[in-house]
Amino acid sequence: MARELSAVLDHVARIGELDLDGVPPTSHVVNVSGALRRDEPRACLPRDVALAQAPAVSEGGFLVPSPQA
Amino acid sequence: MLGLTAAQAVAAIDAGELDAQELFTRYRERAEQDRQTTWQGGLNCFTWVSQGVPHAASGPLAGVPLAVKDLFCTEGVPSQSGSRILEGYLPPYTATAVARLRDAGAPLLAKTNQDEFAMGSSTENSAFGPTLNPWDPDRTRVPGGSSGGSAAAVAAGLAPWALGTDTGGSIRQPAALCGIVGLKPTYGSVSRYGMIAFASSLDQAGPLTRDVTDAALMLKHMVGRDPCDATSLAHREPIVLPSAERLDGVRIGIPAELQRSPEGGSALASSSHRPGTGKVEPSVRRCFDEARKQAEQLGAEVKEISLPHAPHALSAYYVLAPSEASSNLARFDGVRYGLRAENATDLLDMYSRTRHDGFGPEVKRRIMLGTYALSSGYYDAYYARAQKVRTKIAEDFAAAFQAVDLIATPTTPGVAFELGEKTSDPWAMYLSDYFTVPMSLAGIPAISIPCGLSAESDGVAKAGLPVGLQLAGPAFSENRLLDWAYALEQALGFDVTASHV
Amino acid sequence: MSEPPRTHAQPPPGGSSKNDSHEAVIGLEIHVQLATATKMFCGCALSFGEPPNTHTCAVCLGLPGSLPVANAQAVHLGLVIGLALGSELAPRSIFHRKNYFYPDLPKGYQISQYDEPLCRGGQLGDVRIHRVHLEEDAAKLIHVGASGRIHGSDASIVDFNRGGTPLAEIVTEPDLRTPEQASEWLKLLRTTLRQLGVSDVNMEEGSLRCDANISLRPVGSQELGTKTELKNMNSFRFIERGIRAEIARQEHILRGGGHILQETLHYDPASDRITSLRSKEEAHDYRYFPEPDLLPVDIDQHMLAAAKAAMSELPADRAERFQRELQLSADSAQLLAFRAELGDFFEAALAAGAQPAPPPQALANWITGELVARLDEGLDPAAGRVTPEALATLVGMLAAKTVTVGAARQVLDTLLAHGGDPRAIVEAEGLAALDGGDELAAIVTAALEANADAAQRVREGNAKAIGPIVGHVMRETRGRADGTEVARLVHEQLGV
Repeated sequence: MARELSAVLDHVARIGELDLDGVPPTSHVVNVSGALRRDEPRACLPRDVALAQAPAVSEGGFLVPSPQA
Repeated sequence: MLGLTAAQAVAAIDAGELDAQELFTRYRERAEQDRQTTWQGGLNCFTWVSQGVPHAASGPLAGVPLAVKDLFCTEGVPSQSGSRILEGYLPPYTATAVARLRDAGAPLLAKTNQDEFAMGSSTENSAFGPTLNPWDPDRTRVPGGSSGGSAAAVAAGLAPWALGTDTGGSIRQPAALCGIVGLKPTYGSVSRYGMIAFASSLDQAGPLTRDVTDAALMLKHMVGRDPCDATSLAHREPIVLPSAERLDGVRIGIPAELQRSPEGGSALASSSHRPGTGKVEPSVRRCFDEARKQAEQLGAEVKEISLPHAPHALSAYYVLAPSEASSNLARFDGVRYGLRAENATDLLDMYSRTRHDGFGPEVKRRIMLGTYALSSGYYDAYYARAQKVRTKIAEDFAAAFQAVDLIATPTTPGVAFELGEKTSDPWAMYLSDYFTVPMSLAGIPAISIPCGLSAESDGVAKAGLPVGLQLAGPAFSENRLLDWAYALEQALGFDVTASHV
Repeated sequence: MSEPPRTHAQPPPGGSSKNDSHEAVIGLEIHVQLATATKMFCGCALSFGEPPNTHTCAVCLGLPGSLPVANAQAVHLGLVIGLALGSELAPRSIFHRKNYFYPDLPKGYQISQYDEPLCRGGQLGDVRIHRVHLEEDAAKLIHVGASGRIHGSDASIVDFNRGGTPLAEIVTEPDLRTPEQASEWLKLLRTTLRQLGVSDVNMEEGSLRCDANISLRPVGSQELGTKTELKNMNSFRFIERGIRAEIARQEHILRGGGHILQETLHYDPASDRITSLRSKEEAHDYRYFPEPDLLPVDIDQHMLAAAKAAMSELPADRAERFQRELQLSADSAQLLAFRAELGDFFEAALAAGAQPAPPPQALANWITGELVARLDEGLDPAAGRVTPEALATLVGMLAAKTVTVGAARQVLDTLLAHGGDPRAIVEAEGLAALDGGDELAAIVTAALEANADAAQRVREGNAKAIGPIVGHVMRETRGRADGTEVARLVHEQLGV
């Protein structure tokens, strides 16, 4: 795994060869903005559906080992 | 009836010549049989097959059954994205793309196999076994990936058409290796809501079909803004079915940098990214040249263009996609759904063993790569840089489309390869997407149509394996792209039913 | 997941929080739950104490395939906050992912803002604002403890009702210098936000949360010392005490020649002790990158206009207006403006049209002094029986000398107990001031005769000797005479 990863890293590191000074990064290839949602409530999932796929449930909640501290 | 394309089936049903439920029943039986005969002649296309027959579906798609890639959430039906970590997961909702097609009258036939979390180019990374390519009578070759199950099902005639996803080539590349049509629409055309995410800024749903007309038909009923997906957009005009017979006046550009791909693998020399070096398989070169001549005969003007940053696209892609994936896959932690490692002694143990047991090696590799590229100290050199390369690639395409209307490349550097041939060398596998990744980074639409078969005279290992031709257009140019692809398709006359089982 | 909390060396009891050579430098990080109808990135209605996991959906549960869509109203409220704080509103801001693992974080990342936030800069009172940004709240982890152990370890249950609630994070510059100043400023922020209607800002309910960043440096130095982050203080008193305890702890270390560790700390009010939560030095690498599922937020003219329209007058502006238009003293203006209910009562009283009209300063004094002293702490005067009109009438009568101060106080007591109209009470209880005039003059004359020695001493220049004479008059008039008028008559009749 480490060998394969480092080989891949060598290939991707080649983007370091290009001169990219002053080039703006693209974080969204879609050139629009907004798409905000109206603040209107929509139906929530019934609790039994929300919990249906849970590996462990207790008292209406998802049961997990406690984080320490 | 199984030889009909989806559009032909719709017409026949509408004309009363074909019963939709009978059609569904026939397909369902064959799909079920494929599932039962894995490794004994079956192709392992499907992870789930409908157990019943739906009531008569109405709508423009008239009840023609649809196979859907495993990563689309389908309410109450396993949606696993090819992964053990989601084995048996039943979502409480259905993906918008699937719902729209269903509401248009295309009922769910089956879920198809794929590389785990859409990471792969061969479907060998599926937790549920690889899918086989129906073009290979020895049944030892890959159908491509990650939408390998969808592609093989359509190629084998086990589904009239199928829905897949494309992030770096995952619709187009398997379509090419399976001799069918595969379209990646403009990014944002089809809602991603309900698509189990791989790389959010690259993932797009699209059709895998027997012909270009079917691709247009499916796309038409999927596109449009979805309030549940903030990145979805509307096309300015509706998608129309293609009809062009000629390419008079159409300017087609062939990028110098994308006529060859680098030599495969880790033995890659530093010269590999210069144009004109490296290789493309002889069958691909021949079929591509023939397709080019065909286009010229139809009246197209074919010329060479340059996409200067295209050779760096694959590297940039393998920074951006794994980075987004490393974050998208963080939710698989065993808390709310999916696999949870048994008898975890504490929270950290639960997290690490769940993900260790649930993810396959390629997924782990990409998560590590992505985590590294985003980490403080490396972000600028990797992630931010890759985003800049992305900008340059988009600029390259924009400049090219000032001079040409379409860009043509081979879809893949080679034909379907053997199982296990590239699994020990990740970069060799990644090179399968060399020609498709630039379009993904730019977010522009691209289609692969079959343009020929490998021949003995090419001097290749196996004859009779399909070759794909990729055509790409500017953002939102789907109607023109489909029209011109159709004209070429008619002229090339490729027989898609030759691989039907 | 991390080491158990360490209790730090505490300063000796009785140690003061002020040290001659060090000054404290304090910055605050405030999280405000916004008063929207739905969550930040999905359409679930906000939950207030409902049974666990009854306000969730695919998005806020982080189910596979779900996608966030930003709440327009949350953006609007964020802009209102930015305007109120005088911040610069970014024409374009973007969301970022903050990646880490925790059970209360369903996606394994929080959608927040990083280097392109909604608002930058600004000021409130003496404190400069660094930035304001939007993000989603985490879910709630409820420790189940021994009763629900899993495989021998303690367990928690996760309730996702709160997960996804819209938050505005307000970060100040480190302009605060004392715990008291921090607490007072936070109250001002709270009043401001409450008046804007952007949040309930209730610390007990968790809609207002405050962490403090604290460092010390030698007095006169411009550099900043190593700072610690103090979390989980959920009342103004605890914030003040927590900051004070941390300052003392840091001073103790520095005086002993030690170094401050950059870490996250927790204040326990019961024991007044500081404990470590985790070391900020091994600060988590959150691997921030722009959220690809959300588009940039561009502020257009409509949004700006809507935010401006939503701005009500802020406390600082109200105080300034009171001074400018009503000639109130700075102190009175601030007292009335910074407690919205007092300011409201004051303006209602002025507008009541009482005749004669009460002078604004006098009215202000009576509200912030006499009235507040008689009400339960923090009680809104509008909730009591004294109407603004009644108080206005009373203060008007006092100014016209129709009643004396003493009598007015009696009237106020009656108003508080029974409500009513001051004029009627004065009549009923016979509290009308004596008209300066023959009746009073005659009583003064009588008092001078009855206190001849005192009168003589006043004639000789001993001003204090007037006491018994005035007292006599007051007794005779049962407090209805105006003290100043009595003194004037005494001096007049004595010819001094």
